[in-house]
Amino acid sequence: MDRTFPTADGVRLVRDLARVIQENAQHLSDIDGLIGDGDHGVNMSKGFTLAGEQLTDGQDLASALQVLGNVLLNEIGGAMGPLYGSFFRAMARAARGQEAVDAAVCSAMLHAGLDKVRDIGGAEVGDKTLLDALAPAVAAFDHALDGGESFGSALQAMKAAAEQGRDSTRDLVAKKGRASRLGERSRGVLDPGAISCSLLLCTMADSIGAALD
Amino acid sequence: MQRIINDPNAVVADMIKGFAKAHPQRIAATANPRVLKYAQAPVPGKVGVVTGGGSGHKPAFIGYLGKGLCDAVAVGEIFTSPPGVAFLDAFRAADSGKGVACLYGNYAGDTMNVKLAMEDAADEGIEIKTVVANDDVPSAPPDQRQNRRGVAGEVLMWKVGGAKAALGGSLDEVIAAAQKAIDNTRSIGVGVSPCTIPAVGHPNFSIEAGMMELGIGHHGEPGIRVVPLQTAAEMARTMVEVILPELQGIPGEDAAVLVSGLGATPVMELYILYGAVQDLLEENGISVYRPYVGNYFTSLEMGGVTLTVMKLDEELKTCLDLPCDSMGLTQCGEM
Repeated sequence: MDRTFPTADGVRLVRDLARVIQENAQHLSDIDGLIGDGDHGVNMSKGFTLAGEQLTDGQDLASALQVLGNVLLNEIGGAMGPLYGSFFRAMARAARGQEAVDAAVCSAMLHAGLDKVRDIGGAEVGDKTLLDALAPAVAAFDHALDGGESFGSALQAMKAAAEQGRDSTRDLVAKKGRASRLGERSRGVLDPGAISCSLLLCTMADSIGAALD
Repeated sequence: MQRIINDPNAVVADMIKGFAKAHPQRIAATANPRVLKYAQAPVPGKVGVVTGGGSGHKPAFIGYLGKGLCDAVAVGEIFTSPPGVAFLDAFRAADSGKGVACLYGNYAGDTMNVKLAMEDAADEGIEIKTVVANDDVPSAPPDQRQNRRGVAGEVLMWKVGGAKAALGGSLDEVIAAAQKAIDNTRSIGVGVSPCTIPAVGHPNFSIEAGMMELGIGHHGEPGIRVVPLQTAAEMARTMVEVILPELQGIPGEDAAVLVSGLGATPVMELYILYGAVQDLLEENGISVYRPYVGNYFTSLEMGGVTLTVMKLDEELKTCLDLPCDSMGLTQCGEM
């Protein structure tokens, strides 16, 4: 429980997030094309790339997450801009003033992000949205810590739950967003938001896990 | 699809540029490149009227900037809600101190971005109230009306809200009139061919040759059923039959009727459909007080049509009759 992630590594973490979105842009757009407009990857990649360009070396975790959140919120639009933008801004707020992120701070950051996504999106777990990856991932992180596991293994638990949550969206019928108009026809396809959310959470877990001192 | 564009990723910016050059008397740019305003906005002493949404629906949304209509519009990417900051800047551009009526359509992204913008506007002391259009009958059953999409009925909502504001109505009066307008309005669309987002490059839904999709949405959202293509007279009957039961539950005998093309359907065909629609409504005791036929709210190059009917009382008639001036809708008379 006493290992920490140095917040001076914040820029690297956010660059890792940008990279994973860029690498998966086509995949995300293709999946979105099955139940949405087909532009999820294009829009996400545009936002994360722009954020990557605005980062400056030496920014701490809170500032780097703030840059990412502001760009997504102010430049992307759609539903993903406000959801992910607010998510990262809330995480930035929870990280501000911390010299290092221990497991408790990390949990507070995740909860701040999750609460904001719930507040803005108004979705519930089971609606076939990014929340289906995010909510169980945060719960798994807390559960692992409560069970006495280390920061590192809690991150691994978060990762596994995010992927499992992503996969759970395959059998769900969309209740929110554009795919909800498809009703039963949305079943059988993963939710693109849950895929991108799982990618982001897994990258975050790997990036933090690798830098724990 | 052969297009008249430059860069598929720059269609919105290029369109805004051309639109601003073509309508210098009616509209003005703002500091935010994704916000356009009525040239005279903010109009002193008048409640501001704001809308916004994804692009690809011309004349909606910027085509309804002008006298007696909207004061500022937030412009999104193709079929993508504008970010919250664009709505916030639109509120700023429209507010004369009397508050702003934000009249928009029921889509997840728009709802989130308007909500965020309203929080920031409140910090600046701008009073914002909203009406969320949900006129599209096929998108949810009657007991879930709050989940329905907003479609071409938004044009009538802007007309009524814009007129109420121009007549000197308070923010609450503008909101009440616009809410009544949308509560009295029901719409249904039919798609006969799909559309393609330029940056995506291929259609993300298909309509088989010889078929039509009843209840299709403004972005190609699936409708209630796919049936063999009907004649205009049959199509009019099919569409009227879906919305008539709900219309008959709304008081009043007079109605405004709006028939809008979805982009690729010739205006000639809209009139062929309209003729049959008017007969059917009259057979069912609804007389047409004011018809609108044309491309009022499109979906890129989708083939098809939306039918919108608004039941009228005296207040709605007064608002509909008020002259207005914009690219998408102009009614002559003393303003």
